[in-house]
Amino acid sequence: MENSPKLSRRAFLKGTGGLIVTFSILGKVVSAQEAGRDIKTRTLKSVEDGVVDSYLAIDKDGMVTVFSGKIDFGTGVRTGLAQIAAEELYVPLENVTVTEGDTSLTPDQGPTYGSLSIQEAGLNLRLAAATAREALLSAAAERMNAAKEKLTISGGVIKAQGESLGYGELVSEKRLSLDVNKDVRLKDPADYTIVGQSITRRGLPGKITGDFVYMQDLRVPNMAYGVVVRPPAIEATLEEVDEDSIAHLTDVVKIIRKGNFLGIVTESEWSAVRAGREIKATWSTTESLPEQSRLWEHVRNTNIVKDDVTSDIGNVDSALENPDRTLKATYDFALHTHGSIGPSCSIADFSGGKLVNWSSSQATHRLRRELAEMFSLAEEDVRCIYLEGAGCYGRNGHEDAAADASLLSREVRRPVRVQWMRHDEHGWDPKGPPTLIDLQAGIDDQNQVSAWKSTFFIPQGAGGRVGLLPASLSGLPTTAELNPGGITNDSAIPYQFPNVRTLCHRLETTPLRPSWIRSPGRMQNTFANEAFLDEIAAELGVDPIEYRRQRLEASDSRGHEVLDRLEILAKWENRPSPKQDSGDRMLVGRGVAYVKYELKRTYVGAVAEVEVDRYSGKIHVKRFFVTHDCGQIINPASVRAQIEGNIIQTTSRTLMEEVTFDREMVTSLDWATYPILRFKDVPEVVIELIGRPEEVPWGVGEPAAAIVSACISNAVFDATGTRLRSVPFKPEKVRRALKRKYEYK
Amino acid sequence: MSVKIEVNGTVHDIDGDPSMPLLYALRDKIGLRGAKFGCGLGQCGACTVLVDGRAVFSCITPITALEGRSVITTEGLLEDGKPNRVQQAFIDEQAAQCGYCIAGMVMRAQHLLNENPDPTDDEILAGMQANLCRCGTHAAIIRAVKLAARA
Repeated sequence: MENSPKLSRRAFLKGTGGLIVTFSILGKVVSAQEAGRDIKTRTLKSVEDGVVDSYLAIDKDGMVTVFSGKIDFGTGVRTGLAQIAAEELYVPLENVTVTEGDTSLTPDQGPTYGSLSIQEAGLNLRLAAATAREALLSAAAERMNAAKEKLTISGGVIKAQGESLGYGELVSEKRLSLDVNKDVRLKDPADYTIVGQSITRRGLPGKITGDFVYMQDLRVPNMAYGVVVRPPAIEATLEEVDEDSIAHLTDVVKIIRKGNFLGIVTESEWSAVRAGREIKATWSTTESLPEQSRLWEHVRNTNIVKDDVTSDIGNVDSALENPDRTLKATYDFALHTHGSIGPSCSIADFSGGKLVNWSSSQATHRLRRELAEMFSLAEEDVRCIYLEGAGCYGRNGHEDAAADASLLSREVRRPVRVQWMRHDEHGWDPKGPPTLIDLQAGIDDQNQVSAWKSTFFIPQGAGGRVGLLPASLSGLPTTAELNPGGITNDSAIPYQFPNVRTLCHRLETTPLRPSWIRSPGRMQNTFANEAFLDEIAAELGVDPIEYRRQRLEASDSRGHEVLDRLEILAKWENRPSPKQDSGDRMLVGRGVAYVKYELKRTYVGAVAEVEVDRYSGKIHVKRFFVTHDCGQIINPASVRAQIEGNIIQTTSRTLMEEVTFDREMVTSLDWATYPILRFKDVPEVVIELIGRPEEVPWGVGEPAAAIVSACISNAVFDATGTRLRSVPFKPEKVRRALKRKYEYK
Repeated sequence: MSVKIEVNGTVHDIDGDPSMPLLYALRDKIGLRGAKFGCGLGQCGACTVLVDGRAVFSCITPITALEGRSVITTEGLLEDGKPNRVQQAFIDEQAAQCGYCIAGMVMRAQHLLNENPDPTDDEILAGMQANLCRCGTHAAIIRAVKLAARA
């Protein structure tokens, strides 16, 4: 069967009638037929933010299409954007269609990362929709010869006394080309009927009934199936391929070998799987990775290419010269894999010097540039189209699989679908890099903290290109840089001390190719900061919520409200940690953590309740209480789902997850060697949303993830008096820490 | 070789390599989308279907083991084209983020409720333990299973 690529365009074509009128200062008007006529022709030009046709179009039936460079992988962005557009335009929600991540149709709004889709793209869309509404009102006033302020709108129909005109009628004769008006009148949030409602996320029912078409379900005409055979080591050379080793498979189309890239194209998926397993290839390998048992020593000794000072208040060095007491601690956070439940998948159709690629990339516009570079094509000869796949929570293998499919398609001159195997995803997706953090606090003779000093050992780079694996393997061009995400964020702290210095040593290299994984840097840095703050509170004998309140800027009323409400929600007992040892085998405790994301947006406060088995070292996280202020809430159900998912996923990362490797290669290649949380260990999550309809909306996809590790560490300290400073908190590690504590006593 | 397998009430003659897992027959030969490839190792449960009423990993079950057996996927749970009780409970609880695992979860839950229509909370956790979710929708899934059990 074929799940035709037309499905991906159906959203665009649905109900659009003969002509789509776009709003554009470029005056570029494209009919639906033209847009859909040839997938290899660039149609709507991608334009800069600030031009309405980047965002939406209204057709002669009054149907609205939102064009979004930001994509939805189940988080609710698609639904949220539709709600925002429908609200400002006064149209029913079902009249709004969202087209995402198609380089021929949608604007380049940057990759979908950093919890910015609603915060940035949503706000732009709101302005665009309001601009369109105001223009339609003006046009209607002219047509009906009525005063604009006397007009009313309902359901996409503008009414004057006894007369009415639908949006479709208003755009059917006259083309409207508009610039986004940044100062346009916005709808009063008090009048909202769609924004703020818990609308079911679009696509969700079909995912449950099997109707939804994922990337992995897409089939295109004349398609072949490709499989890639990765080297057995990060540094390896392909010496020999025994083509006869798969001669028994009857439908092999071609074996493709380019440098260290080895791929096989077959006529059926199962043959591709078998070919990948059964082909015999000889590789020579090199040991390029550090010994995992000495990872932190390796990180500490890696060459520093630059220092980023993320905050510097007073004079930390002189304050730390002669304090009454000094607290020192080192925290570390393991390498993590994205762990998508479905390995990366892509289809490419490379022919006639043009390339069309379907993938689940979070960054189709960037992918287009990367594929153009790899194959020395003009950008306009590459079209990248997004389709939902399994959640990736960052830059996993999607882009690499897209490049695999493109390379194989070029070689066989047919569309090729590449489905990575489980070991490809676990072994070769870029990893969340190891993070090492030194912390130091000086306490004066008044029992006050005089200085806070932190030093982060983290790789260089930000959120740019990660590079395409098959390009590196085959010797084709690719811009491969270290890009672990914006990992210096939240290295500085929201608390006030007389002397503060937070310093990030940016390292020249890191073991394994890095990229961003949900809440990159913010998660690791918040873990260290919030746990170390807890160490200080314990040292001072102060209740940990109370201590946070004392150190938080008094003027930050939203931060204080998050903590105040959290205390009530969690029925917090005001006392210092740790609690007295009950002597029981099962030790129970609670811990708090707080973040103001990137010190400038979404506030999260959380309390974890844990139970620790003193003998086995196993931690059971029973419950999380979360108070959350992300400003205006577009869709409460989606926000709650994001918070709950953040807490549960990060509980898994905190308790269990660690990429393992030997000197040559990743060794955690499946779910047995890289286990994640299962049902019996899932905490209950109790959420209180602090809604602020009059404020701008902030991101929700990441912030709640940032507080989880510290919250659990602090709760374990409360229960046991033992401080866990190394993620993951595996039972053997906890057991060792508990044993040390009892021995020292 | 050819194997006769009943899938969602229709008998199919599946030709192919006898070692081919059921998953590839369902997706590539019959054209169903519900069962997903997740690991190929029977570790994650994204491929879960019912075979003669029991939940199995279709990614590691060769078609030769299925001659004359009856397979049900999430598509086969629909009643008059509408979501059945379990599916509707998942929809009502919005128990999916990316949703890649969720058709497998639905089948696991269906199996659980077929065997035990009134499970305790612990029985639900134990019953769902075999399937992995990465998005952290477990809590919503548990709510959905409870809703389906109570409905």
